[in-house]
Amino acid sequence: MSALNSPTGFITSSFKHALGWARKFSIFQYPFVTACCGMEYMATNCAHYDQDRFGAGFPRFSPRQSDVLFVVGTISQKMAPVLKTVYDQMCEPKWVVAFGVCTCTGGFYDNYATVMGIDTIIPVDIYIPGCPPRPENVLDGLIKLQEKIQRGEQSRTLYDPHTKTGRPVELQGGYTIEGHIKHIEAKS
Amino acid sequence: MTPLARVQERFSTQIIETHSFRGDETAVIRPEALRPVAQFLKEAPELDFNFLMDLSAVDYLFFAGGRIQKPARFEVVYHFFSLKFNHRLRLKVPVDEKAPEVDSLCALWASANWYEREVWDMFGIKFKGHPNLKRILMYEEFQGHALRKDYPFNKRQPLIGPQY
Repeated sequence: MSALNSPTGFITSSFKHALGWARKFSIFQYPFVTACCGMEYMATNCAHYDQDRFGAGFPRFSPRQSDVLFVVGTISQKMAPVLKTVYDQMCEPKWVVAFGVCTCTGGFYDNYATVMGIDTIIPVDIYIPGCPPRPENVLDGLIKLQEKIQRGEQSRTLYDPHTKTGRPVELQGGYTIEGHIKHIEAKS
Repeated sequence: MTPLARVQERFSTQIIETHSFRGDETAVIRPEALRPVAQFLKEAPELDFNFLMDLSAVDYLFFAGGRIQKPARFEVVYHFFSLKFNHRLRLKVPVDEKAPEVDSLCALWASANWYEREVWDMFGIKFKGHPNLKRILMYEEFQGHALRKDYPFNKRQPLIGPQY
């Protein structure tokens, strides 16, 4: 919001702020639920913790209508191509939440069947550790995701298990939030 | 007469060894006798084992740190239960490493179908006469059999993403 002080940047920076504000309170999530973390996800979504207070209470069961991919539970090697397909089917802008340690790192599964962290396959924005995470923990992650959406940031890195660092991932379709903002700036 | 005693009486030459502990009875039988013994267990009216509860396998490679040598590397283990008489029997069949194959029991118990596919998937033991013997848990591209003791514990075969 520092650009608010300069007369030229007022409209675009305010627009970016408003866009982020609108997006962060209308999260249409796709729950990719594969394992026991799903119970905690449901608990978070139900009345007691009520994810809908944060504008994220409306799961869509088509990835094409979703903004945020919740990967909830262990991803096996057999399931990994399906997860990648679901991610690719989502429209930009999109975010990914790794829910539980299995999705973050593989958790205690260190075997032939399990993917050692979904960030080797798709870029992850928010990691919510825990086995399974408490609903408070999930809501904490959700708020952090909202802050990230407000800032207009998306993860564009994959984890490389060989170098143990992140490496940039190619964009599909060429959409970025920054590009969108630049487009609007050029028009105004 | 217990089911084990009945099997011993009928197939005395086919039994390698037996074991009984507090009513928990086991018979180790020759592989070629599996089909007739199983058929007898199912069809004899005094036994009536109508339920194949479990079918699994054991890999005895490196068993007890290599101190105990088993005659065959694998054993296929069958757990039978009779709903009528509420009695149980465990059958074990030694399976050689060079030609890991035993007869399928799909024709007798339909539940054997998926169990045998799992044993094929995890241990690479073939079941002669199985109608659809293909992997059930792992993907078709998977190389080897994951629960064999000589399968490297840290070997990964990702379908997508980096190989690690």
